[in-house]
Amino acid sequence: MRRLLAGRPWVWSFAAAAAVWLAAIGYTGGTGAGGMLTAALSLAAFTVIVGIGQMFVITLGPGNVDLSLPANIGLSSAIAMTVMNGSDSRVALGLLAAVAAGLGVGLANYGLIRALRIPPIIATLSASFIIQSIDISYGRGLQIKPPDGFARVVGWQFAGVPLLAVGTVAFAALAAVVLHRTVFGRSVLAIGQNMRAAHLAGLRVERVRLATYALCGGLGGLDGALLAGYFRGANVDLGNEYLLSSIAVVVIGGTSVAGGRANVAGVWGGALFLVLLLTMLNTFGVSAGVRLLLTGLIIVGVVTAAGGPKAA
Amino acid sequence: MTQANKAGRILRTLLPTLSLALVMAGIAYLNPRAISYFGFTLMLNLAVPIALATMAQMFVIAGNDLDLSIGPFVGFVCCVAATLLRTSPALGSLVLLGGVGVYVALGALIHLRNLPSIVVTLGMSFVWQGMAILVLPAPGGRAPDWLQALMRIKPPLVPFPVVAAVLIAFCGYVGLMRTSYGAVLRGAGGNPAALRRAGWSLLRVKMTLFGLCGALGVLAGLALVGITTSGDANIGNGYTLLSIAGVILGGGEFVGGRVSPTGAVIGALTLAMAASPLLTFMRIPPDWQVAANGVILITVLAARVLISRRREAM
Amino acid sequence: MPFITLEGVEKSFGAVRALNGVDLEIAPGECVGIVGHNGAGKSTLMSVLAGGLAPDGGRLRVDGAAQALSPGRAKALGIRCVFQELSLCPNLTVAENTRILHPSVRRFGWRRRAGRLILDRLDEIFPGHGITPSDLVADLSIGRRQMVEIARAFTETAERARLVILDEPTSSLDATTAGQLLAHVRRAVAGGMSCVLISHILGEILTASDRIVVMRDGAVVRAADAAAWDRAGLVATMGGVAGETERAARRLDTEQRPVRVRLAGGGGIELVAREGEIVGLAGLAGHGQTALLLAAFAAEGQRAAFVAGDRQSDGVFPEWSIAQNIGVRSMAGPLISTRRERAVADTWRTRIGIRTGDVADSILTLSGGNQQKALFARALASDAEIVLMDDPMRGVDYGTKLEVYGLIAEEARQGRTFLWYTTEAEELQNCDRAYVFRDGAIVAHLAGDEMTEERVIHSSFAADH
Repeated sequence: MRRLLAGRPWVWSFAAAAAVWLAAIGYTGGTGAGGMLTAALSLAAFTVIVGIGQMFVITLGPGNVDLSLPANIGLSSAIAMTVMNGSDSRVALGLLAAVAAGLGVGLANYGLIRALRIPPIIATLSASFIIQSIDISYGRGLQIKPPDGFARVVGWQFAGVPLLAVGTVAFAALAAVVLHRTVFGRSVLAIGQNMRAAHLAGLRVERVRLATYALCGGLGGLDGALLAGYFRGANVDLGNEYLLSSIAVVVIGGTSVAGGRANVAGVWGGALFLVLLLTMLNTFGVSAGVRLLLTGLIIVGVVTAAGGPKAA
Repeated sequence: MTQANKAGRILRTLLPTLSLALVMAGIAYLNPRAISYFGFTLMLNLAVPIALATMAQMFVIAGNDLDLSIGPFVGFVCCVAATLLRTSPALGSLVLLGGVGVYVALGALIHLRNLPSIVVTLGMSFVWQGMAILVLPAPGGRAPDWLQALMRIKPPLVPFPVVAAVLIAFCGYVGLMRTSYGAVLRGAGGNPAALRRAGWSLLRVKMTLFGLCGALGVLAGLALVGITTSGDANIGNGYTLLSIAGVILGGGEFVGGRVSPTGAVIGALTLAMAASPLLTFMRIPPDWQVAANGVILITVLAARVLISRRREAM
Repeated sequence: MPFITLEGVEKSFGAVRALNGVDLEIAPGECVGIVGHNGAGKSTLMSVLAGGLAPDGGRLRVDGAAQALSPGRAKALGIRCVFQELSLCPNLTVAENTRILHPSVRRFGWRRRAGRLILDRLDEIFPGHGITPSDLVADLSIGRRQMVEIARAFTETAERARLVILDEPTSSLDATTAGQLLAHVRRAVAGGMSCVLISHILGEILTASDRIVVMRDGAVVRAADAAAWDRAGLVATMGGVAGETERAARRLDTEQRPVRVRLAGGGGIELVAREGEIVGLAGLAGHGQTALLLAAFAAEGQRAAFVAGDRQSDGVFPEWSIAQNIGVRSMAGPLISTRRERAVADTWRTRIGIRTGDVADSILTLSGGNQQKALFARALASDAEIVLMDDPMRGVDYGTKLEVYGLIAEEARQGRTFLWYTTEAEELQNCDRAYVFRDGAIVAHLAGDEMTEERVIHSSFAADH
C-alpha cells in the first residue's frame, strides 16, 4: 500500500476525497450521499478546467503562476452573458467570445512577463487588477441571464452523473495526452526542468511559454462562461475562490511547484477532495472560522503527508 | 566582466530609490502641499506595517520560499491585539509568541519534508484567517493604549513613518547583510548544497528565516492595529501581495538568495504612496482605482527594466 | 601511522554498486592520485571521505580510530574537499563564502578577517589572480571561481586542514593556473598535509602525485608509487583502450565542399566551416569560444544542435529518463511514440556505448561521463547538419573520449559539420582545422600539422604592444 502511494501522490488525493465523502455521509447517516457526489462532481469540474490550465503554467518552472484567473473568470462570464444575450442560438458565439477574451488575458500576461520582464506572479497580479476594473465598469448593473438551453445543458445530469463532469474527464484525458505525448507538452516539461537546457536542445522556449499562458487564459475564459451558465448569471466575484483552489488542486494532485513534473489525474483528485472537504464541513455545520481553520489544516496535512520531491 | 556587472548591480540598487522619487515627484506635481511633515505623516500612515510585512516576506524569499499567509497572519495579530492583548496582556503576548512559534515550526516542517512553501503557506492562510474570525467574529475591539500612543509619536523634523522605516531598514540591513550568520542565511538561498557540505544546519537556517518572518509579521500587525485602533479579521488580506511586490520592487529576486533589505523598505514606501495617496490626487474614479494599482506596479517595474536595458546598451 | 584508512568500504545506490570493497591508505605528507574510468567510483569515494555519504559496509579510520563521518565531523577532523560541482554561493562575496567554511570567523570584524584569510591563500597559490575578497562570486568567471574554491579549501583557522581532496580541480583552469595549483600541492604536501588528486589529465597525476591508485568498477585495482607508473600503464590498468591509433591528424581536401557556417571572428579572421569538417575552437578557457558557439546556434536555428559542456546547467533534464533526454531534440508531432523513442535511444546506447541497463531509467542513474554520452546522442540523433560542442569532454574519462572521437569522425565522414570548443590541445588532433581565440576574438587559424599545443599556446599568448 505504501509503495502504491509513494510513487503516485495523486492516489493520495483520490483516497482523501473518498475519506471526506465517507465522513460526510457517515454524519448524515447515509442520506444525500448521491446528491452530494453529483454536486461535488459539477463543482469539481469547474476547478479542474482552470486547474489544468494552472498546471501547465506552474509546470513551466518556479515562479510561474497565473494569479489573474479570478479576474479573468469574472470578465469572461460577463462577456459570455452579454454576447449570448439570453438566446440559445448565440451560445456558440458567446462561448467563443469568452474563450477569446481569456486568450487575450493570457496573451497580455505573457506580454508583461516577456516584454517588460516582470516576474509572472507580479505580472499576472497587476493584470488582474486591470481586468477587474474593466469588468467592474463593463459589467456594471449587468442583469443578463444565461440562455435557457445553455443553462440546462451545463446543469444536465444522467443517473446522478453531470454531463459537465463527463466532459471534463474527457478533457483531462486529452490534456494528459497533450502533456506527455505532444511536442508542446514535452516542451513545457523540459522548460520547467531546465529552461536553458531546453533552449539549447532546440526547443522554442518563448513560443511555448506564450502558448501556455494563452492556454491558461483561454481555459479561464471557458470556465467563466460555464460558471455563468451554472450559477445563472455573470458576477465580478464569480472566480474569487478559484485563485487558491486552482493552485491547491494542482499541487495536492502531485504536480511539482518547482516545475518540470505534472500530473493531470491528480488535478481531478485534488478538486474532488477540496470540494468534498467543504461539503463535509458544511454538513457538520461548522462555523465559518472553524471551516477555514480546518480547510487550511487539512491542506497542510495532506501536503505534509505526501512530502516533497526527494532531495537530489 | 566584473566591472560591467558591478555597474549593473549598482544601478539596480538605485532603481528602487528612483521609483520612489518618481512617485514622490508625481505627488508633488499633483498636490504640492502633500510634500510636508503633515502630508508625509498622513500618506505614509500605513507605511510602517507595510514595511514590516515586506521585511518579513523578504526573509522568506531570501531562502527561496514564499509566504502567502503573511496577510491573514497580520490580520490575526491585529485581532488578538485588539482583544486579548488589551484584556489579558499576558495571555495575549503568549498567543502572539505562539504565532511566531508556529512559523518556526512551519520552517522546520517545510525543510524536513521538503515541501513547497507556496502550498503550505496557502493552507496556513486559511488557518490564520479562520483563527482571526474565531478571535474576532466582527470588526471591533480596541488596540491597547500603549500601541496607539506609540504609533502617534510625532518626532521633530522627520515624520514618524520615515523614522520607523529608516530604523527597520537599518536593522534588516545589519542583520542580514552585515552579520556573519546573515551571510549563512543568504548563502542557504544561493547554494543550499554548499552550506550543507560545509556543515551548516539547513534546518536551523529555515527555522530562523521563517521565525524572523513570523516575528516581523507580529510587529506589522501590532503597528497596524495601533494605527487603526480597532481590529478586523480581513484587514491584513492585501498585505500578502503588497509584501511580495515590495520585495521585488526593492530589487529582490525569488530565487538565488538575492534580496535587499533597504530596497525592500523603499519598495514598501513606494507602494504605500502609490497605492492610495497618488491615486486620490490623480482623481481616478473608484471603478478604476483597482486598475490603477496594477498600472502603477507595471509602470515602476517597466521603468526598472528600461533603465537596465539602456545601461546594458551603453 | 596513516592518517586515513579505508577498509573494505562499500556503497550501493539501489542496484548500482558504486563502491565494491575499497581499501585505501592515505599517509600524512603524501599526495595520492586517483584515476579511473567514469563509473569507477572515484567521486563516490570522495563523498564518503568528505562525510557526505555514509558507507553501507566497511570501515573508515582516522588516526587509527574508526569514525562515522558527517560533513561537519569530517571538517572538524581536517578533511576538506573541492568537488567537481562548485560549492560557492553565487550571491555572496568571496569573503562571505570563506566565512561559510569557517564558523569560527564571527563577531566584529569577521568580514575583514575572512577577506584576509582568502586573499592570503589566493596570493600564495595563484599569484596574479586578480580577485578581491569583496567580489561577488556571480561576477567571477568559472576559472576564477574554481581558484577561489581551491584556495578556500586550503584556508585554516582554528581547524587545521590535514587532507585536501581535489576532484578535477583543473577542469576550468588554464595551463598556467593549473601549474600553479600543482606546484602548491607539492609544497603543501612537503609541509605535512595530505592530498588526494583526482584528474583525467594523466600528465598532472604523474607529476603531482607520490602514489597513484587506479580504480575500476568500485574497487582499487592497483596502487603504487608514481615513479612506477607511466601513461600507457595507467590507461591499461584502468581498462581503457591503450592505443594512440586515432591520433593520425586528419588530412582532408575540403575546399570544394559547401560552406555551412560563416561567422565573424571579431578580430578580422572569419570562421568558416564546411560540410563534413571538424573545426576546433582553441585557446585559453573563457576567451570567447562559447560565445561564438552560442552565436552560431542562434544564427543556424534548427540546422544546429548543441552539446553542452556544463551538463547540470545546460544539458540534463533531471526528471526524465535516458530515452527522453536523448529524444528531446528530435521530437516531432503530432504524437510522440514512446516506443520509437526508446528504440532510438537503444540504438544510440549501443553506438555510443552508454553503460546502463535500461534506457527507460532516470538519466540521473548514469555516471557523469555516461550522461555526457547521452547529451552527445541527443545531438547526433537529431537531423541537425551542424553540431556545436561546448567543451563537452570536460571531466570525462579517457575511454569515453576515445569512443566519442571515433563517433565524431564517423559522423563527419557522413557529412556532418562539427564546431568543437576544447580546452585540451591534444583533442585538436581530431580536427581538420582550428581557430585560436584570445580575448574574445579569433587570432589564428591553424591547419594540419600546425595544430600543436605549442602553436596554440603561442597564439594564445601572442604579445600585443
